[in-house]
Amino acid sequence: MENRLRILRAERHWSQQDLAGRLEVSRQSVNAIETGKYDPSLPLAFRIAELFERPIEEIFVSPSRRSSKAI
Amino acid sequence: MTSPARTLRSAAWKRYNIRILLLSLLYAAFLLPAVYGFKHKLIIGAVAWIVAVLPAIPIIGIFGAMGRYLVEEQDEYVRMLMVRQMLWAMGFTLSVATIWGFLDNFELVGHVDGYWIVVVWYFGQGIGSIVNKLTLGDGGC
Repeated sequence: MENRLRILRAERHWSQQDLAGRLEVSRQSVNAIETGKYDPSLPLAFRIAELFERPIEEIFVSPSRRSSKAI
Repeated sequence: MTSPARTLRSAAWKRYNIRILLLSLLYAAFLLPAVYGFKHKLIIGAVAWIVAVLPAIPIIGIFGAMGRYLVEEQDEYVRMLMVRQMLWAMGFTLSVATIWGFLDNFELVGHVDGYWIVVVWYFGQGIGSIVNKLTLGDGGC
């Protein structure tokens, strides 16, 4: 799933390791989410949203909205 | 202050490895006397059945340890990698067993003891790890 995690992380000058520590997940998890290889569960997506103090939809791009835009 | 980032080898993974080590020691403790006892014809009757089955129990425990690991692993991405590995292992093992079964049935290959299926399963996990590495960039545990 497309997302703005890398941008939000960069704005705070956090490394993937820093973000992983804050979310209590592995650095590999952060990398997989950032690169769109892995879609986080709803609880983890909420943790990410709460950490960045943004609504989920400002971080993760809805696949249905993305496809409708393409049309 | 933040918590340290987890690694692919989590606390759950360490507990899993300790369990596997203990079960492996138990397996050796059951197997060696059984082999000796049967070789020297020291075990007969109902006891023979019990002694023959004992080495299988730690192996069954290893399957339980795998399930326990999946329950205890807190990192959902790492858990997904492991589940994918196990699915590959299952598909590989069932495929090998099916193919071998037919080859055996048509007397093209020799009969193989059933417990070798566990070794095939572990080999399948290795294949799953390679697939994870190729498709996701992370091999898993």
